[in-house]
Amino acid sequence: MAETYQEGSGAGADFDLSQFYQIFFEEAGENLDQMEQMLLNLDLSNADDEELNGIFRCAHSIKGGAATFGFSDVAELTHQMESLLDRLRRHELQPIPQMVDVLLESADASRSLLARHQAGGQGEAVSTSLLVRRISVLVAGEVPSLEPIAVVPPVAPAPVVVARTAVPLHAGQMRRLEIQIGPLERLAQADAIKELFRDIPGLGAISDLKAAEPNTRLFAVETTSTDDDLLDLFAFHVSKDQVLIRGASPVGVGSDQVRPIAEASDAAEPGFGFFMDSPGAPPIDAPPVQASQIVGGASALAPKVAASKAVESKAAAQGQMESTTIRVDVKKVDQLINLVGELVITQAMLAQNSRGLDAGLYQQLLAGLADLDRNTRDLQESVMSIRMIPMSIVFNRFPRMLRDLANKLGKKVDFVTQGEATELDKGLVEKITDPLTHLVRNSCDHGVELPAERLAKGKSEQGTITLSASHQGGSIVIEVRDDGRGLSREKILAKALERGLDVSDQMTDGEVWQLIFAPGFSTADEVTDVSGRGVGMDVVKRNIAALNGSVEIESSEGFGMRVSVRLPLTLAIMDGMSVGVGEEVYILPLSSVVESFQVNSEAVSTVAQGSQLVKVRDEYMPVIALEKIFQVPRFDLSQSSNIMVVVEADGSRVALLVDELLGQHQVVVKNLESNYRKVPNVSGATILGDGTVALILDTGGLVRRARH
Amino acid sequence: MSVISKISNAVPSGTREYLTFRLGQEEYGIDILKVQEIRGYEPPTRIANAPAFIKGVVNLRGTIVPIVDMRIKFNCTQADYNSFTVVIILNLYNRVVGIVVDSVSDVMELGSESIRTAPDIESTIDSSCILGLGSMSERMLILLDIEKLMSNLDMGLVSIND
Repeated sequence: MAETYQEGSGAGADFDLSQFYQIFFEEAGENLDQMEQMLLNLDLSNADDEELNGIFRCAHSIKGGAATFGFSDVAELTHQMESLLDRLRRHELQPIPQMVDVLLESADASRSLLARHQAGGQGEAVSTSLLVRRISVLVAGEVPSLEPIAVVPPVAPAPVVVARTAVPLHAGQMRRLEIQIGPLERLAQADAIKELFRDIPGLGAISDLKAAEPNTRLFAVETTSTDDDLLDLFAFHVSKDQVLIRGASPVGVGSDQVRPIAEASDAAEPGFGFFMDSPGAPPIDAPPVQASQIVGGASALAPKVAASKAVESKAAAQGQMESTTIRVDVKKVDQLINLVGELVITQAMLAQNSRGLDAGLYQQLLAGLADLDRNTRDLQESVMSIRMIPMSIVFNRFPRMLRDLANKLGKKVDFVTQGEATELDKGLVEKITDPLTHLVRNSCDHGVELPAERLAKGKSEQGTITLSASHQGGSIVIEVRDDGRGLSREKILAKALERGLDVSDQMTDGEVWQLIFAPGFSTADEVTDVSGRGVGMDVVKRNIAALNGSVEIESSEGFGMRVSVRLPLTLAIMDGMSVGVGEEVYILPLSSVVESFQVNSEAVSTVAQGSQLVKVRDEYMPVIALEKIFQVPRFDLSQSSNIMVVVEADGSRVALLVDELLGQHQVVVKNLESNYRKVPNVSGATILGDGTVALILDTGGLVRRARH
Repeated sequence: MSVISKISNAVPSGTREYLTFRLGQEEYGIDILKVQEIRGYEPPTRIANAPAFIKGVVNLRGTIVPIVDMRIKFNCTQADYNSFTVVIILNLYNRVVGIVVDSVSDVMELGSESIRTAPDIESTIDSSCILGLGSMSERMLILLDIEKLMSNLDMGLVSIND
């Protein structure tokens, strides 16, 4: 077991989340990309519910992840996005271009925040307060007043005398300003500015002054923010060219100095041309979308203006999230695995053919072949590892599920996972999740007792469910353990009798436990909505058998039980036992082989119609002669089958009669049906070291055949 | 007739290339575009309970390919396997199948004018699988619709519920 750590289901204890950061960053990046794509494709006039929901989901999952990992700035921003999207998808708001813009910008901001976190929190954080504010305005159902820009008549005597103090600004310096807003058609817009100061903590204080001109408002403001920041803020409510900021006494020497903002901006940020066209020629024809995008751009850039050049370039470098993984179609990986499989077979053939060569004469050739051998093995290993993913992917689903379940049942359960670094084939991981979920649920529901009952039994109040994974040889063993009440032999036997199953008191524990895999079998006294309906264990068993795996149960009444699931590492490769019949070779899945022994004639007895039975330790088992069912031609009549291989499938056993056992090895499973058809009693084919094809037997089919 | 017109429609120039092979004394032709490769015969792995003409499966560079002996299917008197026995690997409907023949003769170009309709004859082959008879001076070429022939249920290459 490479890695072991405990996780309490109640408190997150000392659970180190940082190992999942990378996954979160990747997912968040994907979600952001997806959201951006959907936002861009969004048809505002006729927004599709599914699209809106999709965008919402993206924001929601980023928020969830960010909150879990403690990236509060990202969580806060995405939370705001989520609220806006939530109202949109519930049709409480009509989507407008401004929303799309602000959402896109928020996505950009989230991305750079994430990039910053990914780099370990270095560099300047992008300020999101502005975006948060803009979104909340939209959520409130207000439309940022951009119409002034659009409706300003060309001849308007607009006081394009946006001014700023010439005094160099130091962050944190408190300044007193006079701000004139107007002329406005609706003075109420100006009042919104007052609300800004009220809503944004730390922005400063604002008070009314008597306005000199009609349709204008004059405010006295004390703030630490720069003029640019203020202008950006105000842009939600009034257009920039309607704002006049004057430095008021007593701060600053040139407080009356008025300078067009174009100049100021040019000086500060040469490459940024927005303000250029604002003073002289207000963009009359500019559609609101464009205007708002530009405003947004300004706000996003604002912090950078203040930052030094060095920080800027660093931030730009961080802007691109590092990608350390690539997503590849599983088909491509499978193709690669297949090709490597071929290579391995070819290599084995070469090795076999070169065995008889004189080591002295063919020294170089043999050295090359040895290198080839090593390289192919390494190559195969690394290629197989592409499909391998850690069990933690499966295990991580359980803490939450168990916690909810335990709460619902009024139980106290500790959840412990072990060996989550154990790797398993992706295809298997997907298929093992459901059976495991079932087993864990069973443990919680039927296994662990209620706290009072546990105390009465002298156990600790808190039950423990342990989920562990480990490699054992060529297979992976996953165990679900609990320290609950265990299985009751009497109860199961009674239930089995009730159901008319063939049972006796002499059955071993192992056989009794196997009964719970019978379809519809449940010893639960009452059916809960969690489990107890008796569908389940049989499905678990069947699912695992379909993966060439097996399930074993160990239980001790009153002390708990353990269910072990044994699976092959991958579906493409199987541990096989090759057996010889006549001149032919067949492969048995090793997972279903129980034992093998040489048989003497008196152990085999026949029943009517000639079916044979063999007695193995007081148990009669049907005999299947492979020679017969595969009609193997026999040329050498002196030879005959005298070895029995006991295989188990679907809970029953049969003895297969074969000539000889050839060995155990891993085989690459090939589909027979892709070019041919299904063959009875055969589950697939494989290619042997000499390049010939051998059929893999379907033990399940053979057992069913013996039954009927 | 309809078959002939179909052929001439498909190939405006009226000519197609056929791979010709021998089964006993008979000479057959199949559309060369269906042929993937030609190999020597190697003993396949027998499949139990399969019809006699299905010899088994072989490993073709990692793909499991069933092998059909056309000589047995067409009731030839002799079906020997020697160093001249040839397997034609066909690619039909994305499935790969090998057919065993006595020998491969050559590739022929046949125009529609040299293809005659096959008369209704009784044979082991479904007559709808015969495209026509090609006449090459003295020789008669039986043109097979190999795709149709191979996907016939009585070939046993596909499951009934496929």
